[in-house]
Amino acid sequence: MAELIKKATRESYGETLAELGDKYENLYVLDADLAAATKTGIFKKKFPDRHIDCGIQEANMMGVAAGLAATGKIPFASSFAMFAAGRAYEIVRNSIGYPHLNVKIGATHAGISVGEDGATHQCNEDIALMRTIPGMTVINPADDVEARAAIEAAIQYVGPVYMRFGRLATPIFNDKETYKFELGKGVQLTEGSDVTIVATGLLVYEALVAAEQLKNDGISTRVINIHTIKPLDEEIIVKAARETGLVVTAEEHSVIGGLGSAVCDTLSANCPTKVVKIGVNDVFGYSGPAVQLLKEFGLCSENIVATVKEAMRGK
Amino acid sequence: MDELLKKQLSITACKVRMGIIEGVYNAKSGHPGGSLSIADLLTYLYFAKINVYPDKPDLPDRDRFVLSKGHTAPALYSTLANRGYFDVEELKGLRHVGSMLQGHPDMKHIPGVDMSSGSLGQGISAACGMALSAKLTNDTYRVYSVLGDGEIEEGQVWEAAMFAAQQKLDNLVAIVDNNGLQIDGKISDVCSPYPITDKFSAFGWHVIAMDAHDFDSMDAAFKEAETVVNQPVVIVMSSVKGKGVSFMENQVSWHGTAPNKEQYEQAMSELQAQLAELETEE
Repeated sequence: MAELIKKATRESYGETLAELGDKYENLYVLDADLAAATKTGIFKKKFPDRHIDCGIQEANMMGVAAGLAATGKIPFASSFAMFAAGRAYEIVRNSIGYPHLNVKIGATHAGISVGEDGATHQCNEDIALMRTIPGMTVINPADDVEARAAIEAAIQYVGPVYMRFGRLATPIFNDKETYKFELGKGVQLTEGSDVTIVATGLLVYEALVAAEQLKNDGISTRVINIHTIKPLDEEIIVKAARETGLVVTAEEHSVIGGLGSAVCDTLSANCPTKVVKIGVNDVFGYSGPAVQLLKEFGLCSENIVATVKEAMRGK
Repeated sequence: MDELLKKQLSITACKVRMGIIEGVYNAKSGHPGGSLSIADLLTYLYFAKINVYPDKPDLPDRDRFVLSKGHTAPALYSTLANRGYFDVEELKGLRHVGSMLQGHPDMKHIPGVDMSSGSLGQGISAACGMALSAKLTNDTYRVYSVLGDGEIEEGQVWEAAMFAAQQKLDNLVAIVDNNGLQIDGKISDVCSPYPITDKFSAFGWHVIAMDAHDFDSMDAAFKEAETVVNQPVVIVMSSVKGKGVSFMENQVSWHGTAPNKEQYEQAMSELQAQLAELETEE
């Protein structure tokens, strides 16, 4: 594949909020002392009166966001995934999820690609946590173009949304001129009849690279991008399983409770199919450069290719 | 305070207490002790202080009330019913399948409930968000939130306390129901939050002391709260857990236990006697 421009989706997050601030006057942004890292500092610079720095207190921030939403505002509560979904889980569940308040949670620095900060900050459990909350929408954009469109879709949707963004700059493969984001709809990126790779977030691009490689090796690979993990587009997944007979899931998240689990839930009920999950295999991460970590944890095109080939042997 | 109003409030508070007992008895579970300790406060707020519109419970300019100590929902429900948000007969459905009256406040289904709460420490954060919201768009409504004295052992309360002072939320009034008891015993024996007033003061709040069962004291406290600028206000009220029902008063065992039939009848007859006495005096 040709060399693509790279950008971290956390940058897309901060920039898009700033761009949409004029259009949506009811938009407010909250941070917990991480505006520089979550990139909402860009919004803060443009709209200082609509940015609230709560200080290092994620639990209270989520409650404050609930109060803002209960009085008609659209708050984006921002922090690292570890703290937004992890530390503040119960506040998100009880103060935002239960009353189904219109709070958007912008969780950056998700997954192992946080890199050098190591295990305490590498949240590989947020999708699992968030998707168990009734009525919570969970979005994990794959690149800058998708992230931007997803943020506006989240603003237009009324209800709680968890959005996952990354720290690492990743290739922008979607075409911003033609891209359309549809909440809850998977996107089939390649045709394929031998195997389907269902991927989310930064693994979508890796899946595309893997599909090219597999094609050269004579394996026809369908790639599906699931940007909305909840509600899940079951139809596109069941159809792909039926037509290809083998599914490999790929996500920068624990293999427990994330996209892979959601796909298994759907397929076991609707179209029992062999599913092989690529993700973080129930272990904590460690410090190191993000790209190296992604390779070490098998969250890369090379491991997708190897996993597909291995799975094909058993087909 | 005007003597007639005080008399009316006393009568209403007695009816609110009867609703609490009715609800908890019919539910065969729930939290009578801490509900009875805030019955006078909620009566005062809903009948003499805050701007609410029972026929239009969602009017944007209404004052907001958040029961951060959400387990004392029977007090809130009984107050709302007596204020006309819904029929007092509904109180008998408390905690029953098919009733809107959930064990803890549910803003989605109960008219007049401004925030779902019950997991301790969370309501005060939402109250901060509502008060901040008013500041952001120059709205004039005020926000009131009741915390338990045991509840303030939660760390989130102190995050909110720091935040409210930082944001100068002078449209926020928190009330700490200082009845001295929590499930496991005296708050001073479990994990003492004392000194409560000094703590809030150190966090930058304007602190007012109040007697939870004296409407004159209450009126003075809330009037003082309205004069405070650039600071959130906390009213620490000394209260009696189980207030109004002799055998429940100051008994930790009545934190989360429903009365049996005999106890129910005794409680109701005590409250009826109080009510009759108040009404004859009229």
